Amino acid sequence: MLNVFLTDDDEDDRLFFQEAIEDIDIDTKLTLFNDGAQLMDYLNAPNAKLPHLIFLDLNMPIKNGMECLAEIKASEKLKDIVVAIYSTSSSDEDVENTFINGANIYINKPNNFKALKKAIKKVIKINWQYHTSNLNRSTFLLRI
Amino acid sequence: MKLLVTYDQRRLFETLLKEKLDLLDVDYKIMGNNEIVFEDDLSTELQNQISQLLNPYGIEVTEQQNLAIVDRIKSAINDMLTSEDAQIVNTSDFLSEKLNYSYSYLSNLFSETTYTSIENYIILCKVDKAKELLLQTDLTLTEIAFKLHYSSVAHLSRQFKKTTGLTPSMFQNIIQKRKQLK
Repeated sequence: MLNVFLTDDDEDDRLFFQEAIEDIDIDTKLTLFNDGAQLMDYLNAPNAKLPHLIFLDLNMPIKNGMECLAEIKASEKLKDIVVAIYSTSSSDEDVENTFINGANIYINKPNNFKALKKAIKKVIKINWQYHTSNLNRSTFLLRI
Repeated sequence: MKLLVTYDQRRLFETLLKEKLDLLDVDYKIMGNNEIVFEDDLSTELQNQISQLLNPYGIEVTEQQNLAIVDRIKSAINDMLTSEDAQIVNTSDFLSEKLNYSYSYLSNLFSETTYTSIENYIILCKVDKAKELLLQTDLTLTEIAFKLHYSSVAHLSRQFKKTTGLTPSMFQNIIQKRKQLK
């Protein structure tokens, strides 16, 4: 079972994600967060059950995706969690910066539901392989 | 300073198994195919104890034949990709000979259990290996392509880009900058 967190301040986007993930045949448990502060509060709680994979929207109020990413990667307890960032930007520079700061996956948010579903499916499936096989997670980078 | 370590996965695995199983009072034999055969039937309590000893090392114990076969396929693929021998001509022949099942059986079992095909899994492993070589050695991309039995450097670049969404040089650049950050 793959334990997945999603953090997005947009309710429609959260619903899209949920629907897309439910459609995949891999057994996943999805937990939703409305913003970065809520996510970090949960993760930093002493007995938190940690996810295998976190989807983070880049643009959020209070605490944005980049700030969460930096906190996650700086924490001994959290740094091994796979982080997928999604954003509307597709500039090479933004992509590169996000990876350099520790993200494993960068999704250029598609503007239609079908493409989004396909992207999420690909991420979950590849992530499953990293989770169940002897592949090197520290060099796991995926740009979609 | 910086030290590099090399290791033999198989030896590491078997030494660890032996160390842990020797803690218990059981007669066992480690087979080459990820199977451990015990002289007597094990009590549930003993089975749990073995699981507990091995789980911290990422080793899952199962009686389930399916998972065990999938693991054997994966380790055969790993052997295939790390062997220095000339290219193994045909993956399906290699796997079915090594595991003693028909390829179609193995292929179906693999897809059902892992949500990906053997072919896609091999691509993922080869790209993973290419990443390792890119980062740890001074080999050029052409030399890496040759070592991993790609027909050309263009073929490796295409597969790398398709699998990761990045070109090999972008990948290298990102990992290097990441290291500088730390």
